[in-house]
Amino acid sequence: MELAHPKAPTSLLKRRSPLDWLAALLLSGGALFALNRYGAFMDGYEQAILLAAIPTFIALAWAWPGLRNLLAGTALLALGGISLYHADLARAEQVFFLKYFLSSQTAIGWMCFLFFLATASYWLGLLAKSEFAEKTGTALTWAAVLMGVTGMLVRWYESYLIGTDIGHIPISNLYEVFVLFSLITALLYLHYERRYATRKLGAFVLIVISAAVGFTLWYTFSRGAHEIQPLVPALQSYWMKIHVPANFIGYGAFSLSAMIGVAWLLAERGILASRLPTLAVMEDVMYKAIAIGFAFFTVATILGALWAAEAWGTYWQWDPKETWALIVWLNYAAWLHLRLTKGLRGSVLAWWAVVGLLVTTFAFLGVNMFLSGLHSYGEL
Amino acid sequence: MPRTLRSPGRQLYELMSSMRFAVSLLTVLAIASIIGTVVKQNEPYNNYLNQFGQFWFPVFEWLGLYSVYHASWFLTILTFLVASTSLCIIRQAPGMVREMKSFRTGAREASLRQFAHKHITQTLLSRNEAQQKVAEYLAAQGYKSRTKDQAGGVLIAAKAGSWNRMGYLLAHSAIVLICVGGLLDGDLPLKLEMVLGSKKVTDLDKPFGEIGAESRLGPEHWSYRGNVFLPEGKRSNIAVLNVKDGALLQELPFSITLKKFHIEHYSTGMPKRFASDIVLTDLKTGAEIEHTIEVNKPFEYHGISLYQASFEDGGSKLKLKAHSLLPGSTRVTDAATEVGDSLQLKQGNNALHVEITGFRPFNVENMAAAPTPGTGDQGKLAMLNHSIDQALGSGAKSPDGKDLRNVGPSFSYKIRDEAGQAREYNNYMAPIQQDGRSFYMTGMRETPADGFRYLRIPADEDGKLDTWFALRALLTTRSEHALIARRFAAKAMSGRNVADTVRTRLADAAERTLQLYSERGFESLGQFINDSVPENERGNAADALVPVLQGCAWEAWQLLRERQQLKPLAMNPTRADYLRDAVNSISDSFHYGAPVYLELDQFDEVKASVIQATRSPGKFGVYLGCALLVAGVFFMLYVRERRLFVLLKDSGEVLLALSSNRKTLDTDHEFTRHQDAIESLLNHGTRTP
Ligand code: HEM
Repeated sequence: MELAHPKAPTSLLKRRSPLDWLAALLLSGGALFALNRYGAFMDGYEQAILLAAIPTFIALAWAWPGLRNLLAGTALLALGGISLYHADLARAEQVFFLKYFLSSQTAIGWMCFLFFLATASYWLGLLAKSEFAEKTGTALTWAAVLMGVTGMLVRWYESYLIGTDIGHIPISNLYEVFVLFSLITALLYLHYERRYATRKLGAFVLIVISAAVGFTLWYTFSRGAHEIQPLVPALQSYWMKIHVPANFIGYGAFSLSAMIGVAWLLAERGILASRLPTLAVMEDVMYKAIAIGFAFFTVATILGALWAAEAWGTYWQWDPKETWALIVWLNYAAWLHLRLTKGLRGSVLAWWAVVGLLVTTFAFLGVNMFLSGLHSYGEL
Repeated sequence: MPRTLRSPGRQLYELMSSMRFAVSLLTVLAIASIIGTVVKQNEPYNNYLNQFGQFWFPVFEWLGLYSVYHASWFLTILTFLVASTSLCIIRQAPGMVREMKSFRTGAREASLRQFAHKHITQTLLSRNEAQQKVAEYLAAQGYKSRTKDQAGGVLIAAKAGSWNRMGYLLAHSAIVLICVGGLLDGDLPLKLEMVLGSKKVTDLDKPFGEIGAESRLGPEHWSYRGNVFLPEGKRSNIAVLNVKDGALLQELPFSITLKKFHIEHYSTGMPKRFASDIVLTDLKTGAEIEHTIEVNKPFEYHGISLYQASFEDGGSKLKLKAHSLLPGSTRVTDAATEVGDSLQLKQGNNALHVEITGFRPFNVENMAAAPTPGTGDQGKLAMLNHSIDQALGSGAKSPDGKDLRNVGPSFSYKIRDEAGQAREYNNYMAPIQQDGRSFYMTGMRETPADGFRYLRIPADEDGKLDTWFALRALLTTRSEHALIARRFAAKAMSGRNVADTVRTRLADAAERTLQLYSERGFESLGQFINDSVPENERGNAADALVPVLQGCAWEAWQLLRERQQLKPLAMNPTRADYLRDAVNSISDSFHYGAPVYLELDQFDEVKASVIQATRSPGKFGVYLGCALLVAGVFFMLYVRERRLFVLLKDSGEVLLALSSNRKTLDTDHEFTRHQDAIESLLNHGTRTP
C-alpha cells in the first residue's frame, strides 16, 4: 500500500526501533558475508538476486515485526542445525538434536504436526468462541512456519553435503514446492490476520494448508519423495530461484482467497455467521488476496516465459503447465473484472474464487499427474 | 427518445468493449485452452490414428485438435480478445486521460451530498485560514488539489493515485502488444508463406539435397523455429520445421559444425549437462565463430538464436555376432553396421531384414530387491518404525528398494520377416547380475505399445554365451537325442542292477522328452502331458519330467566337453543353477520370435546433437508488452485513485466527500482518517496537530 499513502522516507526511518536496525544490520551483514564467502560459486544473476534480497527482507522485517522475529528464529535454528553436521550427513541419524529436531526431514515433520495442531485450535477457537484457542492457533502457525523454513534451509545445506554438484535450492521438485506452498500460504494468512485484526478465518485457511501437508506426508511415506534429487540441466538456472517462489505466492494467495470464499458463502447462509467476520471484511480479504496473487502470478508467468526462452528456445509453446498457468491467470483476470462490473452480487465472486481453487490445484498438481509435458519435475 | 436507438454498429462496439464481454472472453479463452492440454499436441499423425481410430481421426483433424493453438477457431478467439481489448482501450482512454487531468472543480454541492463517503461539520476559522490548513493537510497526505470559488463558498478538489488509470492503459495495451507479437512468432506467417509461396511439406523420405525448392525456405525467411540435426564432426545449414504431418526445410544464413557433444551424468544416471561445441560459419562472409551451446545457455547470431534442444545417436558403429538359433545350428556370423542402417542376414534359406534402431553406451537400472513387507503385527510395527525412521533425519537418504547400477551398453534393432511384420529387440552387451547369477538379457516385443519381455541367457563359467549356444544346438539336434538319452539312463541307473529293459524304457522316455522339448520347449511337453496323461496325474508327470530334462542337459554338456577333449565336470550347486537356467531359457528361446540372436561385440559411439534455431521477430514486442503488463497491473491493483472534496461554505459549514474508482475497505478507513484529521484541524484550529 506504500503507493497509496506515500510517506516521506525520513519518517519511515525515524519510526524504526533498535530491533529494526539490528535486523537490518544482521540481514545485510549475513548476505554480504555469504556473498564474499560463496560469491565465487554464484553467477552474476545469483549474486544480484542475493543483493536484491537484502533490501527486500529488510523492508519486510520492518513492515512486519512478526516476520522479523521469524527470520531471526530460522536463522538461529538453521545455523544451529548446520553447525551440528560437521559436514557429515550421517550425523543426521546420530546427533540427538539433528535426528529429532533440526535435520531437514524431522524439521519438516514438526512443521506438518504443528500445522495440524494449529488447524485444530483455530477450529476450537471458532466454535467455542475462545480467544485463547485462537491465539494458540496463531502461535502454532508461527511455530510451524519456523520449523518449515528451518527444514528448507537445512535441506538446502544437506543437498550440498551430498555433493557440491548436486546442491541446489530446495524448490525444484513437487515435494519441496509443496512445503513451500504450505509456508507461503501460512505467511500470507498471518499477514491478513494482522492487517484485519481477526483470527476467525484461520480455521478455514488452515484447512487448505493441512490438505497440502497431508499430501506431503503421503508423498513422503508412499513414494519416498523426500529424497534430494540432483537438478536436470533444464532446471539449472537462476530463473528457478525467482520463478518458482513467485508462482507459489500466486498459488498460496489464490487458495487463501478460495477458503475465504467458502467462509463467505457459509456466513451468507447464516452458518457460523455470528462467529465469522462481516461479509464486507471477508469480501475485502478475498479481493486483497486475489489481487496480490494475480500480481505475483503475472510476474511468475512472465518469468517462466523468459526462462523457457532460454531453456527450451521459445518463450511460449503451449506446454500443458504453461497453458494451465495461462488458464489460472485468465480465470482471475476474469474475477477481477467481475468485481468491477456492476450488479454482480458477492456470492458470484465467492463461488468463482472457490472454483478458482480447483483450477489452481489442477494447474499445480493435476498437470503433473495427468498430463505429460516439459515441466518434467515432480511426476507422481 | 432519439438517444435510445443506437445504430447496430454502435451497439456491437459497445458490446465488444464492455466489461461483461471481457469476462466472457477471458472465460471462453481459458476453456478453449484446456482442450490442447488434454489431447497431446503435434504428435506424428499415425499416433492419433491409432489413438482415435479410423472414424474420429479425420473429425478431430478437421477440428484442428492435433494443433489446437494454431487452429483457426482458436486464433479467432484470440483475435476477438485483441479486438475487444483494443476497442475497450479506445473507448476508455479519452475519458481516463480526462479523468487523470481534471480535478472536477466543477462538482456541485448537491452531487457531493450523494457520495457514499461524505461528512458534514462546522468550523469557526476564517475561510482563508481553513482553506490554507486544508490545502496544507491534503498536500502532506500526497494529494494534489485545486480550489474554486463557488456561490456561497469555496471548493477544494483534491485527487491522488491517478496512475491507477495509467495502469489500465498500460496493462490493456500490453495485452494487445503481447498477442500481436505472439502471432508474429507463431506459425501463422509460415501458414501464409505456404499458401502464397505455394510451399509443400515433405515427409523427408530422401536426403536433404534431393528435396526440391517447393519444400525449402530461404535464409531471408523472417520467422521460424526448427531443429538442426548434427552428428559429431558433421556440418549442416538446414533446420527442419515440423509442419502438420510433414516438414519444411529452412536454410540458415550460416552452417553449423558439431565438433563434440558432451553429455555428463550424475551417479544416479540422471543427466547433468548437455553441451555442444560448435563452429558457426557465416555463409556470406565466411567468418567462423567457435562457441559452446548448453541447456539454459543459448547463443544468438544475427537475430537467430541457437539452443541445445536434445541429442540422439549419430550413427554409432557396431560390430555384431549373429548367433543362429535354428535347430542344431552353431553358426556365428560377424556383421559390422551403424545405428540407423539395416542389414540382410542369411538364416538357413531365408534372408532376414534387420534395422538397427538405437544404441545406449550405458543403462542405469534399479537393481534392488523389492522390500519384503513385514508379516504379523510385529512385522507391521517394525515396518512402521522403519518407514518413520526413513522419513526422519536428512533429506539425503534414498528410500528403500533403490540400488542404481550401470549395467553397461545396450542396443536395439527391429527384425522384419517377409510379411513386413517387425519385432523389436533390445540386447545388453554385458551379463547382468540377478539373484546372484549373471544373465545376458535380450528383450523382445511385438508392438511399441507393450514392454520388452526378456529372455535371460545364463552366462557360463567364463562369463560367455558359448556353452549355452552349444548346448542349445546339441539339444535341438534330433540325431543326438538317442545318444544323450542313453547316457542319461545309464548314469541314472548306474550302481543299481536293474533289467536292461527298465534302462531302455527310461532311455526311450528321456529321448521322447528331448524330442518334445526340442520342438517348442516346455510348451510341447505340456501339450503332450495334457493329451496323454489323465487329469489327476499331470502334476506328478510334469514333476517327473523336469529332472529327466536336466539330467539329459547335464549329459549333453558333458558330451560337448568330451568332443572338445575337455575333462568332465563334477556337479556342484552353481552348475546345477546354470543347468536349470539353461533348460528354462532354451525353452523360452523357442518363443524368441527370431531365428538369430545378435550379440554386441564392439562399439564406437557417435553422438548427434539436435540444435534448435529460432527467429522470432515478435519477441521484442512481447517482452516490452510483459514489462508494461507488470507495471500496469501493479498500478491498477495497488494505486487507488481517490478524490477528496472539501467544500468550505461561508456559513461555516464544511462538507467532506471522497470518491474512489475501486471499492475497498482501505477507502473507508482512509476517509474516516481524513475526516477526523480535517475536523480537528478546523475546530481546534489554533493548535496545529
Ligand atoms: C487478458 C486480458 C485482460 C487482463 C489480464 C486484464 C486485467 C485487468 C486488471 C488486473 C484490471 C484491474 C482490476 C481491479 O483493479 O480490480 C482490469 C481492469 C479493467 N479491465 Fe481488464 N484485463 C483484460 C482484458 C480486458 C478486456 C478485453 C476489457 C474490455 C473489453 C477490459 C476492460 C477493463 C476495464 C474497463 C477495467 C477497469 C479499469 C478501471 O476502472 O480503472 N479488460 N483489467
